[in-house]
Amino acid sequence: MDDLLWIFISALLVNNFVLTYFLGLCPFLGVSNSLETSFRLGLATTFVMLVTAICAWVLNTYVLIHAPYLRLICFIVVIASTVQFIEMLIKKLSPALFRAMGIFLPLITTNCAILGLAIFATNRGYGFWEGLVYALGAGIGFTLALVLLAGLREESELSNIPKLIQGTAMNLIIAGILSMAFMGFAGLFST
Amino acid sequence: MKKNESYEEFIKGIWRDNPVFAQVLGMCPMLAVTNSAVNAIAMGGATFFVLVGSSFLVSSFRNWIPKQVRISCFIIIIATFVTIADYTLLALVPKVHKELGAFIPLIVANCLILGRQEAFASRYPTRLAVMDALGMATGFLIALFSLGAVREILGDGALFGVKLFSENFDPWIIMILPPGGFLTLGVILLFFNWFKFKKDEFLEQVADAERSGS
Repeated sequence: MDDLLWIFISALLVNNFVLTYFLGLCPFLGVSNSLETSFRLGLATTFVMLVTAICAWVLNTYVLIHAPYLRLICFIVVIASTVQFIEMLIKKLSPALFRAMGIFLPLITTNCAILGLAIFATNRGYGFWEGLVYALGAGIGFTLALVLLAGLREESELSNIPKLIQGTAMNLIIAGILSMAFMGFAGLFST
Repeated sequence: MKKNESYEEFIKGIWRDNPVFAQVLGMCPMLAVTNSAVNAIAMGGATFFVLVGSSFLVSSFRNWIPKQVRISCFIIIIATFVTIADYTLLALVPKVHKELGAFIPLIVANCLILGRQEAFASRYPTRLAVMDALGMATGFLIALFSLGAVREILGDGALFGVKLFSENFDPWIIMILPPGGFLTLGVILLFFNWFKFKKDEFLEQVADAERSGS
């Protein structure tokens, strides 16, 4: 139980996927212009991460033992097709949820955080529950980072910022400062 | 004429359409592995191989790949090349491979590579596609190296592991930690913005001068 809690906290704060592993930066910089959208994108990503964790575990236990060199190809194909399948399923079962997730669901397939999650979980030899908790932590951590940046960006729209620094340069510098703040959590593990 | 055309495709990736500085693509590996110049070059080299190889294959097969499943085809081709690169690095330079860790398999999800296949390789003849890939990959390599070099010099006081400063230099540890990546790239992009800003200003002045002169 303790172990699961540590995995969760570690993926959520200490080793935040966006701010310390630099995974999923494209949506992080691209979609973080409004709080509302970034929150939804975060939720959709968390959902896909949970599904990916299950897929990765099944693949690792039953298929890839026999052919480890196929790992990468298997992962990416399975993730892409599962996401597509889930998209169709949600569209059929709950149109409201489908509209809420919108364009983000298909785009998430190419988000490197998803593939990164599967690879990290495999490298660390996580079991089923560990993998699931890790995915949950990583997903919520991604949402947290996205919402924080979106909040800061919304604030910055109202203030008087030199024209030169507006855009990606400023977002990166804000992200750097956020990342510095998250480094403070590193102390959690030393005790 | 023919030669100029391929030269044009090559050179645009290095400066005008530089994947990192102008298009802001492929950021994840860009920031994650550039804490030293050697890692940056290894990553750039692997990406170079994957990008050129898959551009060549995709553009050779462009008439046989059905439109509906093209993205999956591209991804499978890219994943194959990445697997080759992964195992080659493991065999040749195990130490660097260990440091890059999970980021080599993650080249698959680098949006720069998939973007080039979709936007260029699947539409143009092989020769042009390969030139385009060479240019983009070189631009990416240069960007990775400049970021890696800045971070290693400031964060470690060294380049390629050779100490540059005297004992009194106090390394800026923050530069080799994650925040350093964001900050360095932010400042580099700022510099590019400034450059573009100055250039526009200059062009405007020239246009003004011409108008008042005539």
